[in-house]
Amino acid sequence: MILRKKHLASAIIALALCCNYSVAQQPLVVQAKKVITATGQTIENGTVVCVDGKIKAIGKTGEVTIPEKATIVQSEVAMPGMIDVRTCAGLSGILNVDHDSDHIESSSPLQPELRALDAYNPREELVEYIRSFGVTTIHTGHAPGELMSGQTLIAKTVGNSIEEALLVDGRAIAATLAESSSKSGKSSPGTRGKQMAMLRALFIEATELQTKIDAKANPKPAEKSATDKSDKSDKSKDSDKSKDSDKSKDSDKSKDSDKSKDSDKEKTPEPVARNLRLEAVMQVLAGKKALLITADRAQDIASAIRLAEEFKIQIWLDSAADAHLMIPQIKAAGISVLLHPSMARASGEKENQSFLTASKLRAAQIPFAIQGGFEPYVPKVRVVLFEAAIAAAHGLSYDAAIESITISPARILGIQDRVGSLEVGKDADLALYDGDPLEYTTHCVGVIINGKIVSTTVR
Amino acid sequence: MPGLICTHSHIGGTGAADGSSPIQPGVRVMDSINVRDSGFRRALAGGLTTLNIMPGSGHLISGQTVYCKLRYYETSPRVIDEILIRDKNGTPAGGLKMANGTNSQGDSPFPGTRGKSAYLVREQYIKAREYQAKIVAANSDATKMPPRDLHLESLVEAMQGKRIVHHHTHRHDDIMTVIRLSQEFGFQVVLHHVSEGWKVAKEIADAKISCSIIVLDSPGGKLEAKDMTFSNGRVLDEAGVKVAFHTDDWITDSRLFMRSAALAVRAGMNRDKAIAGLTLAGAEMLGLSDRIGSLTVGKDADLAILNGDPLSVYSHVQETWVEGKKAFDLSKPEDLLYAEGGVNAGSDIDPFLCCFAPAWQGGAK
Repeated sequence: MILRKKHLASAIIALALCCNYSVAQQPLVVQAKKVITATGQTIENGTVVCVDGKIKAIGKTGEVTIPEKATIVQSEVAMPGMIDVRTCAGLSGILNVDHDSDHIESSSPLQPELRALDAYNPREELVEYIRSFGVTTIHTGHAPGELMSGQTLIAKTVGNSIEEALLVDGRAIAATLAESSSKSGKSSPGTRGKQMAMLRALFIEATELQTKIDAKANPKPAEKSATDKSDKSDKSKDSDKSKDSDKSKDSDKSKDSDKSKDSDKEKTPEPVARNLRLEAVMQVLAGKKALLITADRAQDIASAIRLAEEFKIQIWLDSAADAHLMIPQIKAAGISVLLHPSMARASGEKENQSFLTASKLRAAQIPFAIQGGFEPYVPKVRVVLFEAAIAAAHGLSYDAAIESITISPARILGIQDRVGSLEVGKDADLALYDGDPLEYTTHCVGVIINGKIVSTTVR
Repeated sequence: MPGLICTHSHIGGTGAADGSSPIQPGVRVMDSINVRDSGFRRALAGGLTTLNIMPGSGHLISGQTVYCKLRYYETSPRVIDEILIRDKNGTPAGGLKMANGTNSQGDSPFPGTRGKSAYLVREQYIKAREYQAKIVAANSDATKMPPRDLHLESLVEAMQGKRIVHHHTHRHDDIMTVIRLSQEFGFQVVLHHVSEGWKVAKEIADAKISCSIIVLDSPGGKLEAKDMTFSNGRVLDEAGVKVAFHTDDWITDSRLFMRSAALAVRAGMNRDKAIAGLTLAGAEMLGLSDRIGSLTVGKDADLAILNGDPLSVYSHVQETWVEGKKAFDLSKPEDLLYAEGGVNAGSDIDPFLCCFAPAWQGGAK
């Protein structure tokens, strides 16, 4: 990356201000010999204008108006900041010791209530590491290895706190259908059949609780008079519990408080107690969260599809080493695939792994993105840029390889209005390279998030 | 180009020393290798023709390594003997695997500290020296010979230069410990992995010791590998250290071995040196440079034929030849399967997880 010298001082100021969102940003202009937009269009000699964290203009250099006082950076190639569609970076740390390993909690096989938000470390070195190659957004969270290990979130790879980095909290719940989810001895689940039985029981439990809650909220006319008072009382108790919630029900509240003093509880059915575990599952049932199912073996992929159909829930197939054997089934079910890293090791449940899977999914028009994934040992984190490069060398077209780490994951994750391509109005997240981004010997020379240069580390 | 040489591979299994003791130099990895492991076919798909198959690294001394030629033609080898490289006397060629740092530490009888690790190794080499002295004193008189000890015999071979020590080591101070021990006992050593080699490149160069390095996509996974960097090869080479690469397969995939050199070039390593790191430098580190490692008249006809620059992601191995016979041909469907993966291309045995089973089973907790 070349910073124009006359603007160098202002670039340093921009860096110094990088975490202060209250100050209006200095415009940043990226000029590259090749601008890969990930919209199907590549601009030779292109310019991208970033103002207030967003892309203000994009086009041919010379045809785009450059704002006054803009900092101009130049590179051979510019492309959208990459999105890692499935990683555990920030929960699973570089040292791989207890101190920095919060990706899996093995006290119980079903823990959908665990939030990634409470575990993510935005200052984790591995987050900075993958950012230095151009990864600007990650979908990270709890790891494979338990039947239901916890939730995920979407964050930008910048910020001192998760609040600064967060794009979407609780985007999905991570589940695993695999031998690795099974327990030894007399603990459950001990078999694949039991894994599915436990998942189904959980979804049924959540469905029933939802029915109960709906019945309280919208009592049938015939029951209305009988449950009217208790209904109000429930609302009051809910708002008491969450003190920070709005006080809009104040009018009811005073009356209800009086009632509770009267202690006529025998007439008032118990409110539906909160259940964090089932609330998370209910959000999947309501379509507010996806269920991310790690499944490599064909029979586990089939089970995942069966679960999705039974409960009418949105699932993502995660890893999916045998996906190339299940193309028609995945296609028919309309499911997106968060494909294992191209360089995932071909052993164990991934023994059928193929470099060609990405190209086969593309040919079948199945939505997919290539992930960095979870690594328990070395390399502790994988770089999606490298993984897409291998796919590009094994049958996936160049454009499709770029899309698999930019706009495709954005669409799957539902954040395509914000990130994933270089278009006017989207977040100004860019990665700059000194050559073909997919080539081994090319360097990422600059990373821009929300219109600010956040990395110039060259690795 | 010359067939690629991997100076550190675990294809076929790594079952030499067991958990009974941290020092088992008499155990041979060649007695445990599964020649039907599909990893051998995949290695050919990566242009590899020679492997140093290593046991370990969960022991201070985990046994004897074995140098193999990938003689996998239309008919696969049925027994290990068919892929061995033998010396002039017909003895299978191989080195001795040692390790220090955290992998070889553990509950008793394994050492708990670095100091104890070095002490245990010194104690054994001193015993081996005394054993050798008895043999010399016996002067071929069978009645005076000490009882044969396979463990000590192996260490004597190392001290006599008949067996190169291949030493797993990561941290800068562990590297210096290896150099110190090699100088005390006079064994020829190649440093393996050497994550922090760049921190002591001058010291390694001064000791005239070679490095076989691993290149990984990210640092970490354990404290010792936290400061690993793509620059390691460049820094070591510029300091005058001979550098080869290795796959540590299954840690990295042999099909992508050339990528290791490419990533080193990415970080500034000289291209020719990086190519040598896949070929001739490795041959030298195995003591086999008179037979393999370069396209020279008289050497084994081991070749990798590519359709482009070996350091480009877009290049593919088209054919691999071992001792004048074609062992891999991308145009053949069965070989394509190993090159790309798919059903029946995977390993038929599980990787041997000596040192990180807890992490593999779902994290450090």
